[in-house]
Amino acid sequence: MDELNLLMHGFGVALTGYHLWLMMVGIVLGILVGVLPGLGAPNGVAILLPLTFGMPPTAAVIMLTSMYWGALFGGAIASILFNIPGEPSSVATTFDGYPLAQQGRATEALTSAFTGSFVGALAGILLITFLAPVIADFALEFGPPEFFAVYLLTFCSFIGVGKERADKTILAMMIGFGLATVGMDTMSGDLRLTFGATSLMQGIAFLVVVIGLFGIGEILVTMEEGFKLEGKPARMSPRAIFETWAKLPRYWATLLRSSAIGCWMGITPGGATAASFMGYGIAKRVSKEPDKFGKGAVEGVLAPETAAHASGTSALLPMLVLGIPGSATAAVLLGGLMIWGLEPGPLLFKSQPDFVWGLIASMYLGNLVGLVVVLLTVPIFAAVLRIPFSIIAPVIIVICAVGAFTVHNSMLDVWLMALFGVVGYLFKKLDYPIAPLVLSLVLGDKAEDAFRQSMLASKGSLAVFWSNGLVGVITTLALLLLFWPLISAAWRRLKPRGNGGLAASQARP
Amino acid sequence: MSVEREAAAAEGLAVRRRTVELAVGASAFALGLVVMWDTHRLGAGWEGGSPESGYFPFRLGAIIAIAAAVIFLRALLARESEPAIFVTWARLRLVLAVLIPMLAYIGVIHLLGIYAASALFIGAFMRFGGGYGWVKSAIVGAATGAVLFWLFEVQFLVPLPKGPLEALFGY
Repeated sequence: MDELNLLMHGFGVALTGYHLWLMMVGIVLGILVGVLPGLGAPNGVAILLPLTFGMPPTAAVIMLTSMYWGALFGGAIASILFNIPGEPSSVATTFDGYPLAQQGRATEALTSAFTGSFVGALAGILLITFLAPVIADFALEFGPPEFFAVYLLTFCSFIGVGKERADKTILAMMIGFGLATVGMDTMSGDLRLTFGATSLMQGIAFLVVVIGLFGIGEILVTMEEGFKLEGKPARMSPRAIFETWAKLPRYWATLLRSSAIGCWMGITPGGATAASFMGYGIAKRVSKEPDKFGKGAVEGVLAPETAAHASGTSALLPMLVLGIPGSATAAVLLGGLMIWGLEPGPLLFKSQPDFVWGLIASMYLGNLVGLVVVLLTVPIFAAVLRIPFSIIAPVIIVICAVGAFTVHNSMLDVWLMALFGVVGYLFKKLDYPIAPLVLSLVLGDKAEDAFRQSMLASKGSLAVFWSNGLVGVITTLALLLLFWPLISAAWRRLKPRGNGGLAASQARP
Repeated sequence: MSVEREAAAAEGLAVRRRTVELAVGASAFALGLVVMWDTHRLGAGWEGGSPESGYFPFRLGAIIAIAAAVIFLRALLARESEPAIFVTWARLRLVLAVLIPMLAYIGVIHLLGIYAASALFIGAFMRFGGGYGWVKSAIVGAATGAVLFWLFEVQFLVPLPKGPLEALFGY
């Protein structure tokens, strides 16, 4: 029960007036960011991050993670009331959320969504509380080869599990790695890929790339699709909220199932969006009344929201214990940790227990505060959504520009943001995945260091990645995932008659 | 004629998805070559028992070039029963209506500082993009600029680019 003592200690760290105030600010900003299309959690956190450089790390991380919780809660508001997902992870929420709102049951849908989110988050945090210290202890033994193997596994799983085309995933990922190598090399001091420009010496800030790809790119896509809002009125009566709560326990199986799916997808880099769809799909499949899905089933709101929030929360687990973020927002937070001078990874639990346990305790508090705040403020944020896009769009662009500038106080970053905005637009429209690009950009230097240190130790032999059982299993698993698209295609081609003509026709894309 | 193509014909010309796929693939291929060339210059092999600083990025460049070549060729060789449309001109105009003012805005920041430029950008966007009246546009623009100024110069003490207007007030 060491964890409980440490957690209690964490509550002692987190429970100060200053931290609670930052939590509120973070959550309100997060809901705003989650509600507005074109301003998601990753770039919201990226824009706010430079302003936290002067804060103590614990205070800063509490504010930024609260923003993350807020965004996860807020995504549901736009989905249910306006039928537009404020976040990619709440697309599945629109399927049943909007029909419910059309039937005048918006309060029920919103309460279910928020409560489901809360339950999912709780599952994720419990997992972090009890599993993270165990994994961290285990990972203390890791050397450079093990770390590189884990990085490799992360990246390969994007290729093997991701729904985007493998060649596009690889390209996006490698561009992220390439961007990470720009600037001065930490080991030799050589200038790489700067082409003589002194302003590129300190490298390309991942925050600028995130703001461009997610913020500006999203604005351009939203603009093209034409943005029209036809919202349902949002009045939250306390009675309806309590009536909904009284009904929720009967969906315990859905809540549990979606929490488990979400936790799994969060720890592996499957992501909240995939988790929400999976949660929805499975809830529909096992339901006794699958016909009701899509026409306003409460379970159809609960399932995706619970899974998305569980996934978003547990994405912080691998970030904390291994330094590998499970989502794009976690990647931005990881970058923040490094900027604040904290080295993420197993040592963090030993060297910064105040920070780690303060953060974990703040997750419990943050999600509880978030649930209350979001229930109380729905009408305000619904009103924000009614502001026409021709006002919202330039304001978001201005906020992005300010955010990009504050990273290094450099105008070059603002131009880079615009450039990555265009790249983000093209990538989105051509189905290039963006999350792997961000992940590899944040992890690039660490992965390269781990690789070079392993190579130094082994005098250039790749056999070091199979030098013991653990690293061998991870590396083999990674390669298996990397070649998974080829393996499964070959498998289907080898066995065309097993499933009749169907399998054979699937093999040819 | 498919519905999509008829719609495209009605809206005027359109950019084909394949064209953009090819352009992105070709640019990425060139990017890969540039990365390889620059890191080869630094040394992409082994020296004194350790990998040189170009070792890792050189291989990245190679993978970028290969992946880009695959994407390019697949787009080139793909047989489409009907050409998929990337964006119609009518919709592209909407995108450019944000993109071009944004680039102008970033340019104006160099001249006027970020607060005045933001006020102008928001005001102009509302007036010409949203069809609001002059007064309303000016008020929202100026108010946003003022709020930004108060937040960053007064509250957070984060210096943002300033121009002649702020100098007038002694900042």
